[in-house]
Amino acid sequence: MLSALGKLLREFYSAPYRGAVARAKREEDDLFMLLVFSEMVGVPNPASYYTLELQPLLYDDFHEWHKRMGMDHSPLEWFSCC
Amino acid sequence: MNAIVLLVVGFAVFSLGYFFYSRFLATKVFRLDPDFVTPAHEQEDGVDYVPTRPIILWGHHFAAVAGAAPIVGPGIAVVWGWLPAFLWVTIGTVFFAGVHDFGALWLSVRNKGRSIGALTEDIVGRRARSIFMIVIFLLLLMVNAVFGIIIAEEHINVPGSVIPTWCVIFVAMAVGYLVYKRGMSLLWVTVIGVTVLYGAIWVGAVVPLSLPETMFGLGAPAQWVIILFVYAGIASVLPVWLLLQPRDYINGIQLFIGLALLYAAVVIAAPDVVAPALNQNPPDNAPPIVPLLFVTIACGAISGFHGLVASGTTSKQLDREPHARQVGYLGSVGEGTLALAAIIACTAGFATFADWDAFYSAPFPAAGLSAWAIGGANIMEAGLGLPANIAETLLAVMGILFAATTMDAGVRLQRYIIQEWGQIYNIPALTGRGVSTLVAVGTCLLLAFGAGGGGAGGRVIWPLFGTSNQLLGALTLMVMTVFLTKLGRATWVTIVPLTFLIVMTIPALIIQLRDFWNAGNYLLVAMDLLILGASILVALEGMSAIGRARRERAAAA
Repeated sequence: MLSALGKLLREFYSAPYRGAVARAKREEDDLFMLLVFSEMVGVPNPASYYTLELQPLLYDDFHEWHKRMGMDHSPLEWFSCC
Repeated sequence: MNAIVLLVVGFAVFSLGYFFYSRFLATKVFRLDPDFVTPAHEQEDGVDYVPTRPIILWGHHFAAVAGAAPIVGPGIAVVWGWLPAFLWVTIGTVFFAGVHDFGALWLSVRNKGRSIGALTEDIVGRRARSIFMIVIFLLLLMVNAVFGIIIAEEHINVPGSVIPTWCVIFVAMAVGYLVYKRGMSLLWVTVIGVTVLYGAIWVGAVVPLSLPETMFGLGAPAQWVIILFVYAGIASVLPVWLLLQPRDYINGIQLFIGLALLYAAVVIAAPDVVAPALNQNPPDNAPPIVPLLFVTIACGAISGFHGLVASGTTSKQLDREPHARQVGYLGSVGEGTLALAAIIACTAGFATFADWDAFYSAPFPAAGLSAWAIGGANIMEAGLGLPANIAETLLAVMGILFAATTMDAGVRLQRYIIQEWGQIYNIPALTGRGVSTLVAVGTCLLLAFGAGGGGAGGRVIWPLFGTSNQLLGALTLMVMTVFLTKLGRATWVTIVPLTFLIVMTIPALIIQLRDFWNAGNYLLVAMDLLILGASILVALEGMSAIGRARRERAAAA
């Protein structure tokens, strides 16, 4: 019964702000993406060796991201998602 | 006459309304379809569009709309006697608020979960949409200003409320941090958080705090108003998981606890209603009961604000259409019970008629929140044995927290609107978060100070707030009427409330205009004229849009 109450409270807590929280998280993630792929927009990146290692991990989300940023086609020559 | 009579009759009317009138609306007018694929399913994305259990949605709708207004409004309106306020709250909830909230939710669900603002453009037209945005902005401006004034005043009337109110900010941040970042069990965090809150109430009652009489030439009320708006500005830009989300949550919890305690106290103590049914001797400056009653009590009878809530997040989370009846209609019934509790507290919470009359002989509008706290505290002491000073602090804090969470949300919404206007009208300066927050807070401060010079006289804009709220309600009802006309359904359910609101709001604005002019308050004269202009636009646009829809329907038939 306590766990049912806990679930109810949890729903009550998260329901109205789920969208706002998810959107805030998405903005943070988008900024991170931008930092990782910053070379392609011409921003010199002092941590380029490290971000290069991270790039393959982010390819799954890359398409959604560049669409959100307003780029119709993939800006990377070596990775054409569309 | 005993308060139990008010309680029983009130609840009976609400029950009849829910069981009969809302069923009529659900089956004959809105024709709720259990097989209709709601936006929560159609556009399900796990973020905004998530099917949610109706009890959670009801809890949220109720907690979101139950603000300080259902307390302050009746607290002021009982100056005319308990009967008018009681009738307006009970009949209004059943035939007006219920229809409005239920209908707004249904309308949004039937239209892909879009907000009332967007729907106004689709269903009525671009002009109506512009009027809508202006009315919303005015309403937000008024609600933020008047709530800031009320909180400031209550801090001065009940100095014990200072510590708990500001403690809640830290409790909320702790809850937010522990739940979001640390993933702690919400149940235990809730129990601890609520305990700390009520502990802070006890501490506050014992250690009242006041600001200095004057500082930099500003009186104590003005200082509080500034502090509140600085807080609201900061709160609106912090991450939601840190402050707004846990704050809303704690607010909801203490709403249920407070209401339960108060009603239990009423049932046990069975106090007598010492206020007259109709006050033969209202204060000299009290305006005529018709039309001012209907703009003094908005929330608890009908309030446009709720349509924003219903079509904001609630409609995107509705699992099945029949749930709209429980969530929308029953949500406004819930608010009716809060308004009823306020009426009882403010009419049966005084020991004798002489005490009540002494309080309500003050110039209109009386300090509604104080009446609630004092009256409710007396009832709680009689019924539950809770010492009156602690109960008074508890009820004052309850009202203040309601007002404060509405201010948080209100400033944020205002900021969004200003940013949107910056985009639409190509004013890049307004699209920045800092500038738009400053503009939002600045305009509210201007109004708050202009209303009463930062003094307690600021409460005078309460009926003006009521008019803008009713105007938004009328606009939503108008959109619903046009939609129902296009579907060929019965429209009297929305036209009657809509007409009533316009017919009461416009004369109320004219009366207030005369009063403000006589008092020499030209800022309020200007605000009044703005809202009056918007009302006339709404009335004209309504008649034209409904007429057009009728003609199209007749032509198609």
